[in-house]
Amino acid sequence: MHWSEYLLPLAEGAWVTVQLTVYSTILGGVLAFVFGIGKLSSNMAIKSVSVGYIELFRGTSLLVQLFWLYFALPLAGMAIGIDLRLPPVVAGVLALGLNIGAYGAEVVRGAIQSVHQNQREAARALNFTPRQTLFNIVIPQAIPEMMPSFGNLAVQNLKDTALVSLISLGDLTFRAEQIRNFTQDSTTIYTLLLLMYFGMALVVTVVMHLIERFAGRWRMVGS
Amino acid sequence: MTDAIIRFDKVVKRFGDLTVLDELDFEVKKGEKVSIIGPSGSGKSTVLRILMTLEGIDGGVVHVDGEPLWHELREGSLLPASEAHLRRMRSKLGMVFQQFNLFPHMTVMRNITEAPVKVLGLGKKEAQLRAEELLDLVGLADQAKKFPHQLSGGQQQRVGIARALAMRPSILLFDEPTSALDPELVGEVLTVIGRLAEEHDLTMLLVTHEMRFAREISDRVCFFDRGQIREEGTPDELFTDPSEERTREFLKAILD
Repeated sequence: MHWSEYLLPLAEGAWVTVQLTVYSTILGGVLAFVFGIGKLSSNMAIKSVSVGYIELFRGTSLLVQLFWLYFALPLAGMAIGIDLRLPPVVAGVLALGLNIGAYGAEVVRGAIQSVHQNQREAARALNFTPRQTLFNIVIPQAIPEMMPSFGNLAVQNLKDTALVSLISLGDLTFRAEQIRNFTQDSTTIYTLLLLMYFGMALVVTVVMHLIERFAGRWRMVGS
Repeated sequence: MTDAIIRFDKVVKRFGDLTVLDELDFEVKKGEKVSIIGPSGSGKSTVLRILMTLEGIDGGVVHVDGEPLWHELREGSLLPASEAHLRRMRSKLGMVFQQFNLFPHMTVMRNITEAPVKVLGLGKKEAQLRAEELLDLVGLADQAKKFPHQLSGGQQQRVGIARALAMRPSILLFDEPTSALDPELVGEVLTVIGRLAEEHDLTMLLVTHEMRFAREISDRVCFFDRGQIREEGTPDELFTDPSEERTREFLKAILD
């Protein structure tokens, strides 16, 4: 088997990896905002749930979360008579998104808190409601602050997708493993694997950088 | 007594162990232009921040337009004000900040129209027309599309004044509006404030270190020291013939 013949199956795997990354990063982004804002809420119930989520998912291993969703949850569901079997893709996106969302929530919280107090005072003096202040004044200024950390998290997330091969999802790593079992050509396959992950990480970095520029475009005007 | 639009009645404000306002009694009449001068840490800015509802009080009552600001009358007793009451009271006041506090992610135009549209419910067109008039008033008609960081400090502060005026307050508070400016930019801001004082029946309360300016525009000047008004009077009385030793010392130190 010539090495160029590896490319088609690897490309198929890479496509699965791309989908997993995109879906779970979007899910993670949404969760990051919901729970990052939630952690700053003055409502104790909302705050507790947010802190609980963040600490639970930051404090446990992604691999264990993945196994729990894929292997343990269906059994737990069976015990109470509900079908909680998740397709591997769903389990993968959920585990990755929940995990990255917990880290992202801390980024969102930090960026919101970093917006200068005098912005909130100006908003109060103009009689904006707390909600208007958050969404019209504070968050638009916080988003550019979040983006470098979000970029790191997105790359981290891409690399973490390799774990889903362990629940038999046909991602890039899973395909590579299959070919290696068949050909024993470890050097070529793992080298290709490294390069492909690296190439995808570069794309993620560029995309996140573009979003960062877009979100902070007002900073660039005239300078 | 009855025409006082602002009245502080034995107001106490503490920060930890530090008493910033010590049973302060203070009045401003409708349409009056009052300057507050005094050493740093004497509680001058705190008076404005309490009026703008940025700081609460620890004792006494503040009245604005005949109503208690930080309290509500319910069933015959004065209770701490609800957010709804504060919102209603706040709409009577506007503030110009030492550090301008413009919104950096919005153009000059949006800085001025955002609150009228979102808070007062004005139409976008109407808010823009009003903003254009105000920009004209502060001499920045051609800067509407710029972002704050593209303007000089003096221009930013003039936008700050236009933004506060856009909410049509009846009382305008100036918290050391020129203290953060380079010396050569102070004049343009003072000119705008001076014109406002002359042409409008706004009640103006100005905390400043610009003594000559305070003298020019004020109906009354108050000298603050250690949380109380040590001396007050017309600019001529206070600046040429202060009766208190503390006032003389302060004026001597700052005018030399």
